[in-house]
Amino acid sequence: MRKDEYLIEKNGNKYEVVIGLEVHAQVLSESKLFSNSATKFGSEPNTQVSLVDAAFPGMLPVINEYCIRQAIKTGIGLNAKINKKSIFDRKNYFYADLPQGYQISQYKNPIVGEGSVILDLLSGPKTIGIERLHLEQDAGKSIHDIDPGSTLVDLNRSGVALMEIVSKPDLRSPEEVNLYIKKLRSIMRYLGTCDGNMEEGSLRADVNVSVRKVGNDKLGTRCEIKNVNSIKFMQMAIEYEANRQAELLEEGGLVDQETRLFDTKKNQTRSMRSKEDAHDYRYFPDPDLLPLEFNDEFIENVKKEIPELPDQKKNRFIEKFKLSPYEATILVSDLETSKYFEKVIKNSDVKLSANWITGELFALLNEKNVEINKSPVSPENLSKLINLISDGTISGKIAKTVFVEMSNGNMDPKQIVIDKGLKQQSNPKELEKIIEKVISENPKNIEKYKSGKDKLFGFFVGEVMKASSGKANPKLVNDILKKKL
Amino acid sequence: MTDLIDLTLTQLVKKIKSKDISSKDITSIYIERSKSSKKLNTYVEETFDEALENSKRFDASPDFQKKLPGIPLAVKDLFCTKNVKTTASSKILENFVPTYESTVTQNLWNSGAILLGKLNCDEFAMGSSNETSHFGNVISPIDDNLVPGGSSGGSASALAAKLTPATIGTDTGGSIRQPASFTGTVGLKPTYGSCSRYGIVAFASSLDQAGPMTRDVEDCALLLEVISSFDPKDSTSIDFKRPHYYSELNKNIKGKKIGIPKEYRVEDMPDEIEKLWEKGKEYLKDCGAEIIDISLPHTNYALPAYYIVAPAEASSNLARYDGVKYGFRVEGENLIDMYEKTRSQGFGDEVKRRIMIGTYVLSSGYYDAYYLKAQKVRKLIKNDFDDAFNKVDAILTPSTPSSAFKVGEKTDDPVSMYLNDIFTVPVNLAGLPGISIPAGLDKNNYPLGLQLIGKPFDEQGILDIAYSMEEKINFKFKTNDWWIK
Repeated sequence: MRKDEYLIEKNGNKYEVVIGLEVHAQVLSESKLFSNSATKFGSEPNTQVSLVDAAFPGMLPVINEYCIRQAIKTGIGLNAKINKKSIFDRKNYFYADLPQGYQISQYKNPIVGEGSVILDLLSGPKTIGIERLHLEQDAGKSIHDIDPGSTLVDLNRSGVALMEIVSKPDLRSPEEVNLYIKKLRSIMRYLGTCDGNMEEGSLRADVNVSVRKVGNDKLGTRCEIKNVNSIKFMQMAIEYEANRQAELLEEGGLVDQETRLFDTKKNQTRSMRSKEDAHDYRYFPDPDLLPLEFNDEFIENVKKEIPELPDQKKNRFIEKFKLSPYEATILVSDLETSKYFEKVIKNSDVKLSANWITGELFALLNEKNVEINKSPVSPENLSKLINLISDGTISGKIAKTVFVEMSNGNMDPKQIVIDKGLKQQSNPKELEKIIEKVISENPKNIEKYKSGKDKLFGFFVGEVMKASSGKANPKLVNDILKKKL
Repeated sequence: MTDLIDLTLTQLVKKIKSKDISSKDITSIYIERSKSSKKLNTYVEETFDEALENSKRFDASPDFQKKLPGIPLAVKDLFCTKNVKTTASSKILENFVPTYESTVTQNLWNSGAILLGKLNCDEFAMGSSNETSHFGNVISPIDDNLVPGGSSGGSASALAAKLTPATIGTDTGGSIRQPASFTGTVGLKPTYGSCSRYGIVAFASSLDQAGPMTRDVEDCALLLEVISSFDPKDSTSIDFKRPHYYSELNKNIKGKKIGIPKEYRVEDMPDEIEKLWEKGKEYLKDCGAEIIDISLPHTNYALPAYYIVAPAEASSNLARYDGVKYGFRVEGENLIDMYEKTRSQGFGDEVKRRIMIGTYVLSSGYYDAYYLKAQKVRKLIKNDFDDAFNKVDAILTPSTPSSAFKVGEKTDDPVSMYLNDIFTVPVNLAGLPGISIPAGLDKNNYPLGLQLIGKPFDEQGILDIAYSMEEKINFKFKTNDWWIK
C-alpha cells in the first residue's frame, strides 16, 4: 500500500474518493474585468463601483487587457493550451447582488484549455489534469445581518475578474487537495496573477466529490460542495461528504447529483439544490463583446514575462545546489522563501543555509506568526551567522544563541558574538589547560573511563564545554581529550 | 415664422452662421410649435426652459465653426441624457435620471446642438407603431388616428410635424426607416459599429444602431457626420475612416450598379408599392445608374430569425431592470416576490412577450433549435448580401410592405405587426447601412418610402444615390397643421 492512499472503509468495503476542484482565483489587477473601478480589498462598501458595475442603462463592458494577460500567464504556468480565440458568454440568473441579471463568463470557448499541475506526494510526483481556465466576473455581496428588515448589497466586488480553474477528477484525498491548492497558489504567486489570499476570498473553490468501490473504474455520482474558502474546510467537507456517500451506498441507497453547502459550524454538508432544481442559465455569447482574439506574437510577449516557476526552480536547486528533493520542495513552495534562500546562499554554504532556513528560521516565523518577507532576521544577517559557523568562529550551538539574540532586533551576528564574548575557543593550548583542569577534578570518572566505560567520554566533553561557557571548539576538544585520556 | 420652421437643418445652419437668425429665435419658434402640438404626444420630457437658456448662452458667445451651431434638437428617449429623465418609454424607468450622457447625444452637443426634449417611442424600442409606450401612443401628423410607425415614432412624428429641425432614432429591425417611410421623412440606419451604443438603453445589442432622421438627404448626411464616431467605450464600435458625409455628398452616381432583389416582391404587397419601386428604378436609370436583378435567397427566413435573436438578447438586456438598484420597484414579501411584482407592473405587454420569447429560445433543450439556428440563418443572410455586393453597389427595395396604418389596427395581432419590418430586418441582421427616403404617396395620400441598402461602411454611397433620387422624386408633402388648434 502506498503511503498516500486514502480510502473510506465501511463494513469492510473500501471506497476510493474521487475529487475535482473548480477553483475561483481573483486575478491580481488594479481594475475590474470590464470596467476601470478599483479592486482594493476592504474598502468602504460601494466605493469601488462604476456605472458599468452597477449595470446602469446603456452601460457597456470593455475588456481589461491586463486581465487577459494575467489569464494567459496563468495558463502558461499550468502548462496549458492557450486558445487564441475565446468567447465571453452571459450566464443569466437573477440575484440582488448581480446587477446585470447575468454574469459575463466563458462557457464553451474558454481562454485556456487543458493543462496540468504536478504534486509532490510522499510516494513521488503525481500529475493532476487541468480541464480549463476561464475568465468571469465576480458578483457583489449580499449582507443579511446588518439591517434586520432588509438585505444590503455591496457592489465593490461586482465585476472583479476571476479565473475559474477546473481540474480533472484526478484528486484522491484531502491531502492531495491540500497539496493541489497550495501548488496552484504557489504557481500563481510566482506569476503574480493571484495573491492567493484565502482569508480575503481571493481563492475559493467548489469541490466535486464522488466515491466508488476500490477496483471500480466507473465514476460514482458526484455532489458539488459550493464555495469553500479554506483548505481546512475543503478537507473537512471532503471527509464528511465521502463518508456520507459511502454510508449511503452501503445502506443500498444512491447518491443524488446535487449541490451542497458546507456548514462550518456543524462540520457537515447539506443539500442546497437538487439536479432538478438546477438553474437554467441560458448561456449565450455576450453581444456587447466581440470574440476575444489574439495572435501568437501576443502570447510570445506574455511568455517573456514568465519568471522561473516552482518546478523549474526546484529542479535547479536539486541539480545546482545538490539539495534533496524534499528540501528543494520546501524551499520553492513559497516564492518569498525561495528568494530568501537565494539571498542567503549568495555568500554562504548551501547545505547549512537550507538547514537553517527550514529549521531555526521557520520555527521563528511560526512562533512569531509572520511571513518570511517580514522576517525579523534578514537574509544578509542569517548569511553572516552561517559564515561564522563555517569559519569556526562559533559553534552551531552558540549560533542558536546568537540567532535568538538576532531575532529580537535583527542585529549583526558578528557584533553579538563580540559583545557577548561568544567567540569559539580554538587555541589548543588554552583548551589543554581547561581539559587538564577537568581531568584533575574528576579522578574517579577517569578511572572508570580507563576501566572500559567509554560512554564517559561524553561526560568529559560536556564538562569542558561547561568550563568554557560553551565556547570551546567541540572538534578540538574531542581531539585533545582523546589524546589525554 | 412659418418660413423659418420650413427650413431644413442645413439651411438653418447657414442662416445661423450668416447671423440672419439667432439660436434663441429658432429655439423659441420650435418650442412654441412643440407646445401647441401636444395632441401628437411626441414629447415624453420637455426641456424647453433649459433649451432657451442654452440658446441664449450660445448667442452670447457663438461658435460658428461648429456643425450644428445653436440648433435645437429633440431626441428619442432611448438615449441617456445627463440630468434629464430617460425612460425608454417604460414605466420601469419612469423616474430614471442618468448621471451620464450617451456618446451619440454628446456628439450632438459637442457640435453645438441644444436639447429640446425627449421623444416618445415604443417601450424599450419594441414595436412598429409607437403604441407600446407607457406614455401613450404617438399620432402621426400625416393624418388623425394614424400611427407614425415605430419604434422611433415620436421622433418621426416630431420631425414630420416640424417640432424639431431634425432628430435621431435607433434602429434594431427598422425602427428608424419604417417610421421615416410612414411620415415622409428620411431615416438612415448606419452600419453596425458606426455609431456608439454607449448610453443608449439596450434592446438587442447585436442589432441596435443609432441614426439620423431628417427632412432631406443633405440633412441626413450632416447629422450622420456629427453622430458617427469611434468610441472605445463600446467594444463593438469600429474604428474606420469616416468620410465627411455632408461635404462629400454628390449626385454623381453614373455607372453605379443597383440591385433589385426578387425576393422582396412579397405576396399581398399593394400595387402602388410595386409601382413605386418601378418608378424608383426609372429614376435611377435617369441618373445614369444600371439596374441589375439579384437574388437574396434567404430573405424569407430573416423575420423569424430576427424574432428569435432580438428577443433573446432583449430578455438578457432587460434583466437589469429588477427594482434593486434604480427605477421602479414594488415591494414584496421577499426578493423573488419583489422581482415578480416589479417586473409584472413595470413592463408592458409587448416587452413581456419578447422577454418570454427570448427566455424560451435560450432555454436548455431549445437553444440549438432556435437561437443557434437563427444565428446560422443570420450568417446565411449576411452571405446573401456579400454575394450580391460582388455584383452591385447598392440595393433598392421598398421600405415597408404597406403605408401607415390606423391606431389600434394591428395591436391585437403581433405577427401582422412584426411583418411590417420584413424589408428592414434583413439589413440589421447583416449589419448593413440602409436609408429610407420618401418616394411617393398611396391612394390615401399617405407617404411611402424606398430603401437603399449599402455595403458595410458605404453610407456615403447610399447617401449619394438617395441624394440623386431625391431630386428626381421631388417629394412634396405639406401638412395642414390639422393638430394645431
